Amino acid sequence: MKNDNMTHLVKNGAIWGFIVLELIFFQVVGSVWSLSQSAFIDPGNMLLLLKQSAPIGIIAVGMTVIMINGNIDLSVGATYALAGIVMLDSMTWPIFVGLGDWAIPLAWLAALLTGCILGAINGLIVWKTGVDAFIVTLGSMLGFRGLVFMYNGQQPTYHLNWTMVDIAEWGAFGLQTSAFVFIGVAFLVWLMMTRTVHGRNAYAIGNNREAAVNAAIRVGPHIMINFVLIGFLAALSAVAFYSGSGSVNPNDGMLFELWAITAVVLGGTKLAGGAGSIVGTFGGVLAIQLLRKGLGHIGAQTETVNLVIGLILIAVLMLDKQLNRKGQEELKL
Amino acid sequence: MTTDRKPALRLEGIVKTFPGVRALDGVSFEVYPGEVHALMGENGAGKSTLMKVLGGIYQPEEGRIFVDEEEAVMTSPLQAKAKGVMFIHQELSLADELSVAENVYLGELPRKSLGRVDWKTLYERTDAILSRLKVGFTARTIVGDLSIANQQMVEIARALTREARAVIFDEPTASLTDAEKVVLFEVIEGLKAEGVGIVYISHRMEEIFKITDRVSVLRDGSYRGTLNTADTDEDAVTQMMIGRKLDLTRNEEHVELGDVALKVEGLSCHKLFQDVSFEVREGEVLGFYGLVGAGRTEIAETLFGLRTPSAGKMFLKGKEIHIRSPIEAIENGISLVPESRKEQGLVLGMSCRDNITLPQVDDMTAGPFVSDGAEIAIFDLYRDKLEIKTPSSRTAVGSLSGGNQQKIVIGKWLSMRPEVLIVDEPTRGIDVGSKSEIHNLLRDLARQGYAVIVISSEMPEVLRVSDRIVAMHHGKVMRTFTSEDVTEDSLIQAISGIESGRAA
Repeated sequence: MKNDNMTHLVKNGAIWGFIVLELIFFQVVGSVWSLSQSAFIDPGNMLLLLKQSAPIGIIAVGMTVIMINGNIDLSVGATYALAGIVMLDSMTWPIFVGLGDWAIPLAWLAALLTGCILGAINGLIVWKTGVDAFIVTLGSMLGFRGLVFMYNGQQPTYHLNWTMVDIAEWGAFGLQTSAFVFIGVAFLVWLMMTRTVHGRNAYAIGNNREAAVNAAIRVGPHIMINFVLIGFLAALSAVAFYSGSGSVNPNDGMLFELWAITAVVLGGTKLAGGAGSIVGTFGGVLAIQLLRKGLGHIGAQTETVNLVIGLILIAVLMLDKQLNRKGQEELKL
Repeated sequence: MTTDRKPALRLEGIVKTFPGVRALDGVSFEVYPGEVHALMGENGAGKSTLMKVLGGIYQPEEGRIFVDEEEAVMTSPLQAKAKGVMFIHQELSLADELSVAENVYLGELPRKSLGRVDWKTLYERTDAILSRLKVGFTARTIVGDLSIANQQMVEIARALTREARAVIFDEPTASLTDAEKVVLFEVIEGLKAEGVGIVYISHRMEEIFKITDRVSVLRDGSYRGTLNTADTDEDAVTQMMIGRKLDLTRNEEHVELGDVALKVEGLSCHKLFQDVSFEVREGEVLGFYGLVGAGRTEIAETLFGLRTPSAGKMFLKGKEIHIRSPIEAIENGISLVPESRKEQGLVLGMSCRDNITLPQVDDMTAGPFVSDGAEIAIFDLYRDKLEIKTPSSRTAVGSLSGGNQQKIVIGKWLSMRPEVLIVDEPTRGIDVGSKSEIHNLLRDLARQGYAVIVISSEMPEVLRVSDRIVAMHHGKVMRTFTSEDVTEDSLIQAISGIESGRAA
């Protein structure tokens, strides 16, 4: 039993070990090559990291839930852009304009509702048709992105409201709003996955769907709820980001789905479902952002960042496969 | 048995048909509280169908089910559970990344406000059940870290979350060691003492006589009677199980045997099988007979390089070989016609011709392209040789009958000119007429000088095609028979693990 606890610890703690390794590496390399005046491990720098990771991080939290449940959602990037447009554009609608700053919460609500509806569409199709979530959300990714372009053509959608910018830029303890949203979301969803019946059933469904069905777990509604949740979170991510920036480009959010999946997988969630954790994803998100910053810090060209992250992702998964408990008796296929 | 009490579970005239098969033909039997009732029958006798009817997975066309003499209509697994009919399946149905407690209460996690899991209650209740079972793990253990035997205990614990009237054990000892069996039997005794009715499905005679009170026998989907275990013996039960109407013609042909084609010494693969030795000669059909889980298929997979053996040696025509992958097996002339044709043997959407030439299409090119002419030549040759009936060489394999599909798989390997052809369950899912055609084909191949290994769980089949039969039990070779000295009884006893000394 002791040995098992050890392997669990190693597996769950791996991402944090990796983060520490990154910190040391960039700190040491940065100072040895004296490429940079400032220290890499600097409190301000580290806190900024949370803000920078927030947009993808919030989505990655939802993606963790979806993947633990045994599905995947490729449409989050498009949902993110569409929710951003709805938020900014709705503030220019005649009914909202008259409300002054009271339009802000309503615009947020409209954006979040958009996210929930788009998520519900995905969930409903996956549930009712039984088509693989990969295919369904590949379709909706294209479809939702189509809606984004239909809204305003190639033109960016913009609306600047200084009160909203103030809210977005508000900060405490060196953290800004979006960082608080990210931390709050991660905490609440962590509670959901570890403490609630819905969360535990999501694990069971992803781990052994047949067993879940045999145990009379209503698989469809659980899947549905999780898709609504990820739609909501994609929209929340848009709300947190665009409140400050005030301008949505129709190509915004592209590849967000892949970055979110990368963070989730790096954080130890299984692609096949049934295992994984929000804490791991949190670490995965930070690790990727740290890598981006760190490579910049030691003066690597930005073009190399993707290559390095890609290589690390593959290396991590290879290591995971090696550490896996079942091995010798398996069929070699 | 006491007849003044009400049976815990009673079945009356259950009939279930599938297209072309009467899987259950008026089956009736009953289990009393505190009774262990064995249900026996050969593979395909209808035991699993009966269990699926009981579990609400299949609806019977006729017949009724009573729990405590109250009629129970089972239309879903949940309903069966609600009525107190619990199953311990042979194949475990667990979420192995979750804790024991979560698996035990899967789908019924106790709740607090806001949909939160009441972990305290969950662990307490689970630990209470586990202490009844006297197991050495706790509610918090992750299921994937448990041994198979302990995982089975989790399944049993799951059956005890509600008040059980009847618990059905389906081949519960298939993957247990002797020590683990003892623990299981204690658990069954405990349930019995609590007044639960137990249905015990097993092929293993020694277990039946050890723990059951009565035995009911199924054969070809119909009920053949019930015996008091104390008043009967293995021979009588065996007699009831196999009956006399099966075609048990034995292979009486003797082909001139050539050299030893494949010799295996002390082959083992972890827990799957141990210390297996045998040889097969050119012109010989060597049959492997045993129950599901005896390790026959795993041996075939090891010979074919799909599994890595943990010990043992293999010699092909006297030369030692090391096979690490199917590619190496094929290069060495070992071919495998796998157990499940549709999943492992064929590319169903591809044509007959493409399936036959699949392993050698690399060598059939004209320039950069696959040569149609060469493919057609190979296809025509084996179509005629094996009498494959297909509208054209372009027909998708998926649309052929089972027998013809099997011939395509066999043709595929014959075209590679193997030294040894391993055929796993040659006639699974094939209708009776085509069965004998496949059997004749296997004999033909021996006559042509191939060394053939046939793995089967059907006794008539091994008897019909084999020159020698290796009887396996629990990953070990129990005895090797020749076609002259084999009898049905001795074969059944050997695969049930009864020492060969007692065999006729």
